[in-house]
Amino acid sequence: MRTLKFLLRKEFRQIFRNKALLPILFILPMIQLLIMPLAANFDVKYISIAIVDKDHSTTSQQLISKIGSSGYFHITHFSSSYDQALHSIEKEEADIILEIPAGFERNLVKEGSQKLFLAADAINGIKGGLGSSYLTSVLADFNNEWRIRWVQPQKFNEPADGSSRSAPVTIGIDPVNWFNPHMDYQFFMVPGILVILVTMVGGFIAALNIVKEKEIGTIEQINVTPIKKWEFIAGKLIPFWIIGMFDFTIGLVIARFVYGIIPVGNLGILYLFLSVYLVALLGFGLLISTYSDNQVQAMFVAFFFIMIFILMSGLFTSVDNMPTWARVISRLTPVTYFIEVMRMIVLKGSGFHDIQNQFFIEAAFAIVLNGWAILNYRKTA
Amino acid sequence: MKQFLVFVRKEFYHVFRDRRTLLILFGLPIVQILLFGFALTTEIKNAKIVVVDYARDVASQQIITRIAASSYFSIGQSAMTYEEMYKSFREGKVKCALVFPANFNNDLLHSNKAQVQIIADASDPNTARTLTNYLTAIIGSYQDQLNATVTIPYRILPETRMLYNPEMNGSMNFIPGVIALVLMIVCTTLTSVSIVKEKEMGTMEVLLVSPFKPLYVILSKAVPYLALSLINFIIILLMGVFLLHVPIRGNIFLLFAESTLFIISCLSFGLLISGLTNSQQTAMLVSMMGMMLPTILFTGFLFPLENMPVPLQVIANIIPSKWYYSIVKAIMLKGLGFAYVWKETLILIGMTAILLTISLKRFKIRLQ
Amino acid sequence: MNSETTGKAIETTSKASETTGKAIVCKDLSKQFGDFIAVDKISFEVNSGEIYGFLGANGAGKTTAMRMLCGLSYPTGGEATVAGFNVYKQQESIKKNIGYMSQKFSLYENLSIKENIEFYGGVYGLTDQQLQQKGDELIARLGLEKEAKKMVGGLPLGWKQKLAFSVAIIHQPKIVFLDEPTGGVDPVTRRQFWDLIYEASDKGITVFVTTHYMDEAEYCNRISIMVDGRIDALDTPANLKKQYSARTMNEVFYALARGAKRAAD
Repeated sequence: MRTLKFLLRKEFRQIFRNKALLPILFILPMIQLLIMPLAANFDVKYISIAIVDKDHSTTSQQLISKIGSSGYFHITHFSSSYDQALHSIEKEEADIILEIPAGFERNLVKEGSQKLFLAADAINGIKGGLGSSYLTSVLADFNNEWRIRWVQPQKFNEPADGSSRSAPVTIGIDPVNWFNPHMDYQFFMVPGILVILVTMVGGFIAALNIVKEKEIGTIEQINVTPIKKWEFIAGKLIPFWIIGMFDFTIGLVIARFVYGIIPVGNLGILYLFLSVYLVALLGFGLLISTYSDNQVQAMFVAFFFIMIFILMSGLFTSVDNMPTWARVISRLTPVTYFIEVMRMIVLKGSGFHDIQNQFFIEAAFAIVLNGWAILNYRKTA
Repeated sequence: MKQFLVFVRKEFYHVFRDRRTLLILFGLPIVQILLFGFALTTEIKNAKIVVVDYARDVASQQIITRIAASSYFSIGQSAMTYEEMYKSFREGKVKCALVFPANFNNDLLHSNKAQVQIIADASDPNTARTLTNYLTAIIGSYQDQLNATVTIPYRILPETRMLYNPEMNGSMNFIPGVIALVLMIVCTTLTSVSIVKEKEMGTMEVLLVSPFKPLYVILSKAVPYLALSLINFIIILLMGVFLLHVPIRGNIFLLFAESTLFIISCLSFGLLISGLTNSQQTAMLVSMMGMMLPTILFTGFLFPLENMPVPLQVIANIIPSKWYYSIVKAIMLKGLGFAYVWKETLILIGMTAILLTISLKRFKIRLQ
Repeated sequence: MNSETTGKAIETTSKASETTGKAIVCKDLSKQFGDFIAVDKISFEVNSGEIYGFLGANGAGKTTAMRMLCGLSYPTGGEATVAGFNVYKQQESIKKNIGYMSQKFSLYENLSIKENIEFYGGVYGLTDQQLQQKGDELIARLGLEKEAKKMVGGLPLGWKQKLAFSVAIIHQPKIVFLDEPTGGVDPVTRRQFWDLIYEASDKGITVFVTTHYMDEAEYCNRISIMVDGRIDALDTPANLKKQYSARTMNEVFYALARGAKRAAD
């Protein structure tokens, strides 16, 4: 144990003397936490629309002003023709086109129905889809209002058996949003991003640490001393564990004061899970470094895996949407579980009972990865 | 010129000898394409939904049947109590719930109006919104069925056309982004690390003492990575076209030319980083860890740039991959020609020129 | 200089014969990498308290052999004991009883002199009191009081080497292994280094040193010369010179190594 004390002292001294490393360990994560959630937003707002109004009637004016005031759209162009409007889509100045044909108002009254043409830039499928569905629903609203103004609602007799109706039936929908009533996307992203930051600090840097000693040659000196394998690995792991905990705490503080996210659940359980997670993650980094000969290799391998972990973790896209084979991969990464747990505890107030499966899986990761690293580290070649 | 080639050859040897790094170099884009193309999607499938049905009548059953038939949803239990449902939400087992009031059908028959409640787990707002929309649509289609015999006057019928991507292929958006991301990170990292390594090991001084312009030493380091990146680019393109059915609608030579320009700008960025750092460790951390998140964010392929607060949009303008992404989209997916991308091309050229000038200046100063 | 050192060498030899037990015993020790036999059945013994020179050209197999004795690498054949412990089964015990100074300088460059001493001393089990005491002694002996708090990375090479050696023996090990400790330093520093070696030997520490500087061979009690993985000569410097009718160890080495098949690494 005394040996461990000396190892830790040396490690901490070296970390804090590494002027280039310090900002990366402490400042970079914070900056990323401040910037990323602001940027990472799947919400579709401000869709740019180019309108081709060939009718120039009262109705078309009313429709246009309704679109403009809907809050979803940003009218960027009034084009004189479809081709001109298409031009603005090509130049990425518009996302969607609405063409109101000539005689729109007149034909709507005379013939009872009239077509309108929409063309959406569907390269970004989500944006294209959402844009056209928002526009369609604005159109539907406009349609209903217009109809009510022009047509008196008539009452009909209801048939006894209810099988055929002559009056329209409406099923009203009362949507309720739980756990995030303001539909704030940041509530969703910030906990996840915090996990990613801690993951990067722990995974990358821990991986580099042992390899650096290998490269310089001090590891030979260590192998010749009576330092035991587990002492050496613990000496490498513990400082970054502490730094990881520290970064996470600062992250929570930022989440509280900058984003207004107050964890609903028990912080103690969260920290418990975090501790186990960090051990698993650092074990992963150490494992990579036992397999690498130099820093470039270690870095690339770590980057490769961590990138896969991050993409498959459910941070950006939901795990449930993935095909089965992808879901399996996702279940094999330690990051996935922590992101789930993070969101469950912070947003839903889930208790230990709710997360215990994830907890035990994470603990299993920790044991397997670290055990493997210790076995793989050979003091004698 | 011959001497230049000697240097270039040496650099190629360095690169090809490190098998593991090569593997990752080429494996990375392949894995990314596979993931982005096949695994990562925001399309919802089989979302777990439960129904709390206080009515248990014809109408509610019909709606439930429609939901079960939809590929978007996968019904858990269809007769839970409110408390059980809440528990399922807390345990993360359920994303969405539908509540039918008692007398649902009766209300529809006699008052032509009935109310249902859709509860969504809004910790993921996007999914919540989408699921709510889908459920609303299903209920709406049932409503339409009930109203089939009623004619509604004065209907506006929207006709929608999806431009460039009628099949709503999710990969369209990603492929140009993945190209930008991979090139940016791989190119920058490898170049910066390779130069810093020589600095660290001291062999840089040996090179500089040779009767060789320092400029050529640097350029000789960049050339293999230029070649490798182009190969990477081709691999990604091929995978995109054949595996993910992403078209190349525009001029392929223009695409290549622009990509070469982008690769050069990434190399210059790597040069800059190597000038600012002294250890491989730092060079790598800055190039990879430092650049990964900003590139993913600010290129604009994952999250739309228009959603970001203005200061962030300004920052995005400094990132070369943002401009490249626009260019690739325009050429590859929209089939547009140079007339549409000259502005972005000019910006890229400008950025490259600035980066090169700064890094070479720094390099010369170091020598003195 | 010559008579002085030879005189000292003889003195230490008589001391050595007084102590019982061999520091190192090797019999047919071998190390093979695939088809390549790096160390080919070497056999020798090192007496306690001796200064034993393990010579050979670059690539002859010295470092490989030494790493096996230190417990850094498993032999592929033969047997050996170091400080009485078996190199196959009792490596951790060996490590407790030896010191080591590698070819690549292995103190931490971004720790101070004091901090390096504290680390290595502590890891070998010295108490806080011992650390303080021995640390001060070491620093005083090397005259580094003013630099004690400075980073090791900032020291000139010669000082680093001397420091590395002193740290390697701070826990008073039975044997200290030195792998080409005087590479790249000027002759004065080399002389000072060997003074340190003698002091260690006087304290009873066996010194096992590899080098390819043949003049340093004169400072040792006995030497062996490795050629192509084998030991082709083993004796005191004086006897070897007589045997090969040479005036200097350089000439002895030349006679032996000329036929070597392995080029310098």
